[in-house]
Amino acid sequence: MRSSAPSIRAAAPGVQAAKRSRAPLALKIAAGASLLFLHLPLLFVVLYAFTTEERSYQFPPPGLTLKWFAVAWGRPDVWRALTLSLQVAAVATAIALVLGTLAAGALARTRFFGREAVSLLIILPIALPGIITGIALRSAYSLVEIPFSFWTIVIGHATFCVVVVHNNAVARLRRLSPSIIEASYDLGADSLQTFRYVVLPNLGTALLAGGMLAFALSFDEVIVTTFTAGQQATLPIWMLNELIRPRQRPVTNVVAVIVIALTVLPILAAYYLTREEGPSAGRM
Amino acid sequence: MTALALDLPLPREGLSRRFSDALYARRGLLLTLLLVPPLLWLGVVYVGSLVALLLQSFFSIDEFSGTIVREFTLKTYAELLAPANLDVILRTILIAACVTLASGVLAFPVAYYAARYARGRLKAAFYLAVMMPLWSSYLVKVYAWKLLLAREGAVAWTAERVGATPAVDALLALPVIGGPSLSVSYLGQFLVFIYLWLPFMILPIQAALERVPGSLIEASADLGAAPGQTFRTVILPLAMPGLAAGSIFTFSLTLGDYILPQIIGPSTLLIGQTVYVLQGTAGNIPLAAAFAVVPIVVMALYLTAAKRLGAFDAF
Repeated sequence: MRSSAPSIRAAAPGVQAAKRSRAPLALKIAAGASLLFLHLPLLFVVLYAFTTEERSYQFPPPGLTLKWFAVAWGRPDVWRALTLSLQVAAVATAIALVLGTLAAGALARTRFFGREAVSLLIILPIALPGIITGIALRSAYSLVEIPFSFWTIVIGHATFCVVVVHNNAVARLRRLSPSIIEASYDLGADSLQTFRYVVLPNLGTALLAGGMLAFALSFDEVIVTTFTAGQQATLPIWMLNELIRPRQRPVTNVVAVIVIALTVLPILAAYYLTREEGPSAGRM
Repeated sequence: MTALALDLPLPREGLSRRFSDALYARRGLLLTLLLVPPLLWLGVVYVGSLVALLLQSFFSIDEFSGTIVREFTLKTYAELLAPANLDVILRTILIAACVTLASGVLAFPVAYYAARYARGRLKAAFYLAVMMPLWSSYLVKVYAWKLLLAREGAVAWTAERVGATPAVDALLALPVIGGPSLSVSYLGQFLVFIYLWLPFMILPIQAALERVPGSLIEASADLGAAPGQTFRTVILPLAMPGLAAGSIFTFSLTLGDYILPQIIGPSTLLIGQTVYVLQGTAGNIPLAAAFAVVPIVVMALYLTAAKRLGAFDAF
């Protein structure tokens, strides 16, 4: 990816280094403005969690208070939704970890008939608009008469989480030198031992990263969930209801901040666990 | 390595060993064992559901009783082509196309700067600065704009402070894209769509630009090309696979979204909302299914075109 940079520097270090460091001012401004556009709105959400204004989105906030955090803390519906979301995300992530790792093991270094079709199948749940996955699952549930439950939500989430784990595991497996696996066999280990003592430790952080991303993905999912949840509310469903019919706006603001915190942390962790693999747009 | 070898238990005999040997000797068996669980899940649960959905689009609804008639018919698809429904489809595709174009234009400077000028820590910071909004909660992002675009919100306040209120009003007075306020106009909806999907555009463009050797750009300049010429004839064509890859996300995500249009934008429906209403309150599953087929077909066409532009090499 970054292969070109060193060779250029070697050719004419002084000139190139000077040329490289200077970006046109207009480019800097445009890039900075785009990044600002991406980040400012979320800062406003954080600000609004502290506003004293209850009935409108008045800006600037007339005053600041911590009271809404206490109010949100005492709301059983928020706790119920949060608990359900965490449970769903945990189970969906566990399923995705198993299926994603198996799929990665099968696809990382092999060529076989239908391989392309299998990769397509794995990315399909996130390549197609979520509403299609949602309505497809819903109509399948009603067709085979499965009532909505915790598990109907989990099935949907696990389906689109597989790809995240798979992509992380595949990236790591491709980096893993095949010779260490051969060395393990040469030293007398069998397949299961090789997996347990050689492959798994090497795969560890990639799986942890993939798991965290899957967790964040599931924790935040709303489109598929509206179709598979029935009467239960995950935290995103709770928020969606509040967005359409606001009851107590400041509590929604606080929940939004909690959601930001709960998704940002796993993402940062995942980034630090896999940063040697280089930036990867496709690993999402 | 030696420590690892010493830690290993002695070779075992028995079932587990024989199983291991079988796996080693027959790679096909291992592959099958690895593939079966994910294929069962995705193939049966997911593809099964998709096929079930597709089949329902060939059923029809009885106009008098409102029940689903489970007989093969193309009636539902004929209904899909009714002017009102075609209008929904074309409007959604048009919005998705506009959002995609605008995202491409906005994403390019960030991607170009990150790929060509940012190094070391700055590069990592850029990457995180794009990744964080990409992964943050969709609903929170939509909610942020509900706050911002509210009549009493920060955008109106800022516009008033810098004296831009007349300009905003003039924009809102425009036919079609305007409206009574930003939060109920296509303009506002368009803005928020771009906000939501911009990171999905930046990352693949950056990945494509990372592969453009700096020497190529310098060669272009050495050969007398003006910066604009270099951009048009060297950089842009080489960034095309990235743009195409990013546009898959922006296009597909806009096409299927039904939550943002509920919260920000005019009350006219897009495809996603139509599917939602049809399967929910209206109870017309066949037409909902036929509507859901539209994004699948559009995306299939789009992916074919994107593949020609090299989008799949950009990941």
